[in-house]
Amino acid sequence: MSLTVRIIPCLDVKDGRVVKGVQFGALRDAGDPAEQAAFYDAQGADELCFLDISASLERRGTLLDAVARTAERCFTPLTVGGGVRNVEDVQALLRAGADKAAINTAAVLDPTLIARISGRFGAQCLVVAVDAKQTGPQKWEVFTHGGHKPTGLDAVAFAVDAAKLGAGELLITSMDRDGVKNGYDLGLLAAISRQVAVPVIASGGAGSVQDLAPAVLEGGASAVLAASIFHFGEATLAQARTALAQAGIPVRPV
Amino acid sequence: MMQIALIDYGSGNLRSAERALLAVGALASKRVNVRITDDPDFVRRADKIILPGQGAFGECMAGFHARDGLCAAVTEAAISRGAPFLGICVGMQLLATRGEENGSHQGLGWIGGVCRPLLPGAGPVPHMGWNLVQSTSAHPVLGPLGASAYMYFAHSYVISEAPEAAIIAQTTHNERFTSVIARDNLIGVQFHPEKSQAAGLALLARFLDWQP
Repeated sequence: MSLTVRIIPCLDVKDGRVVKGVQFGALRDAGDPAEQAAFYDAQGADELCFLDISASLERRGTLLDAVARTAERCFTPLTVGGGVRNVEDVQALLRAGADKAAINTAAVLDPTLIARISGRFGAQCLVVAVDAKQTGPQKWEVFTHGGHKPTGLDAVAFAVDAAKLGAGELLITSMDRDGVKNGYDLGLLAAISRQVAVPVIASGGAGSVQDLAPAVLEGGASAVLAASIFHFGEATLAQARTALAQAGIPVRPV
Repeated sequence: MMQIALIDYGSGNLRSAERALLAVGALASKRVNVRITDDPDFVRRADKIILPGQGAFGECMAGFHARDGLCAAVTEAAISRGAPFLGICVGMQLLATRGEENGSHQGLGWIGGVCRPLLPGAGPVPHMGWNLVQSTSAHPVLGPLGASAYMYFAHSYVISEAPEAAIIAQTTHNERFTSVIARDNLIGVQFHPEKSQAAGLALLARFLDWQP
């Protein structure tokens, strides 16, 4: 197999600035999204993710102009999420320059939205983002509204259903690990990836480039997403590629 | 000024392709006008035709036919006049004779083959991410025989049974499939050059230079 594992820097955006929180709170400013996108594109990011983390919470739409400015600067796929509530929102994001849309809260409130978006734009255009918190051994619960609302839904079952309904990819974020930097939740990733055929993107917990390979080897992820380690200059994409390659994982030579 | 028609039939992210073409034109100091268009008059006169595509085969074909005179204009430009034509992703798949995504649908049939699901296997489907495109036949847009480059893929269907002579490059994911097809002034790529950074921009630059 020659498909390479993707390394995806994630831009968490609030009020038009890149921020990064710890366990979905305590935000630190990390710069302008368009500048960051250009920086990562130049470093050979395999893909970029732009999440408007305040959108769903404050019930406002994604900042389309920030998306447009960000898309302007990168020639690598851009996934945008945050505040996507319907098919029209996805259309608007694609028109602004996004290649894929990520949905989270809206998919939980109305899972048929997954089928409708996928049917209209194709599964490859839709990432279903699942924010999950561990509630017991091998048990995780789905949270919505930027991690503020528990849903009572089992995260593994929800992810499997989302894939069946037409999600092209699953972005799995461990809320317990988010920004804590002690590694991805490998149990959560493995529980989901072994039950679905679609790519799983690991998110939440990368504290160093050494945390990336286990997400692939033990968690079964096809892509690794990280924010803090890249934004604050602790690691470069080249170091991330080297760490994966040293673990025997195919990466794209840049 | 080179007139490039980026065909708008309601499918996919056209802005990415537009930006990439403008960047290529600027880098090469070429004077290019890229228009996202469904205007048959512009298409008929365009120097280069690019057919992007995202989504399901049948819906894309229907969207293409739904716009008055658009399919006829693209046919006139690419087939009667021989303007260089690039199909991207589903835009490539439409070159097949038929597509088997959500039922059986007739394609443009300009190159042939059948668009069918990528085989399941160890690799996830959709096939999503950077994979190696290996040329099996030299082509001006792709480079010499044996050349290879990593390009960005995002698809669940592939063209199979394309005429042997039209297969220009292959890629492996659960199976070895055709990632580039071409004949005469037509070329189709399964990946997204507009999202494939330097390698993709270089391919687009060669397409702009191509004079079949």
